[in-house]
Amino acid sequence: MKKLIIFAAIFFILLILAVIFFKSLKTEKTFVPKQLVETKLPKFSAQTLFGNKKFISSSFFKNEKYYLINIWASWCGPCREEHPILLDLANKNKLKILGINFKDNKKNAITFLDKLGNPYSEIITDKDGSLSINLGAYGVPETFLINKDQIITLKFVGPIKSNDYKKLIKIINK
Amino acid sequence: MKNKYFLLILIFFIFIFDKSFSNEKKLDELKKISKNLRCLICQGQSINDSNSDFAINVKKLILTKLENGAKEEEIYSFLKSKYGEWIVYKPEFKPHNFFLWLMPYAVFIIGGFYIFFKVVKKNRKTTNE
Repeated sequence: MKKLIIFAAIFFILLILAVIFFKSLKTEKTFVPKQLVETKLPKFSAQTLFGNKKFISSSFFKNEKYYLINIWASWCGPCREEHPILLDLANKNKLKILGINFKDNKKNAITFLDKLGNPYSEIITDKDGSLSINLGAYGVPETFLINKDQIITLKFVGPIKSNDYKKLIKIINK
Repeated sequence: MKNKYFLLILIFFIFIFDKSFSNEKKLDELKKISKNLRCLICQGQSINDSNSDFAINVKKLILTKLENGAKEEEIYSFLKSKYGEWIVYKPEFKPHNFFLWLMPYAVFIIGGFYIFFKVVKKNRKTTNE
């Protein structure tokens, strides 16, 4: 009887471990940022890329139903990948996009926009990366969709893919 | 006159020493805090060990906050509000982490009792024989 109980206990422990193991094999290994969604965008200020003027976030996010904040850099390969989608969102879908130029050289940033097109209503600079950390970003490219109350509705880490684009279109056209 | 100059030089060196000592203190604190933070890009490394852009930015932010007088807990709170609890290696002692915190102690106590009673039982058996 005692041997049976020990055997049953070992069996159940191994069963639980096997379930945890196989479940873990299917789960996403890298951390998925859900932390900031449904939270309010912090207020921030910065210098604009063109004209070097002072930018204050509360003055920008006023009238539209939705805004997009896109962190980008001229040296960022995936930023080029998502650029056509940003142009589409800005031109066809009339979405106002704030570009945050991350740790970039001004001349290179302007060349990037001249070559690939400029989807941004305004571009601000983040020379040392502190603004991006304040926004809860990981790096480039990263995109936030915010509503008129400045609540973060969606967040994309990495380039915007076609599925992300469809999600965006669905929300902004509601 | 000579004494005045000597005093000025002394004050100057005290100032320099104090500045460098306080800078070293801040760097030590930066190291301590960043060792307890997980690099979310290179997830196997701490912020202190990682050279990723994200880690460098976080280190800069920690140093700025320390220079502005922020305490260790305030810095952790700020980063947790942006990136979640996951960024801090040491999990908080909260209900959803009770199992994580208490399990090792429970295993230790239960194991200890089990060994104790096994030994007592064995001793009793030996005595009876």
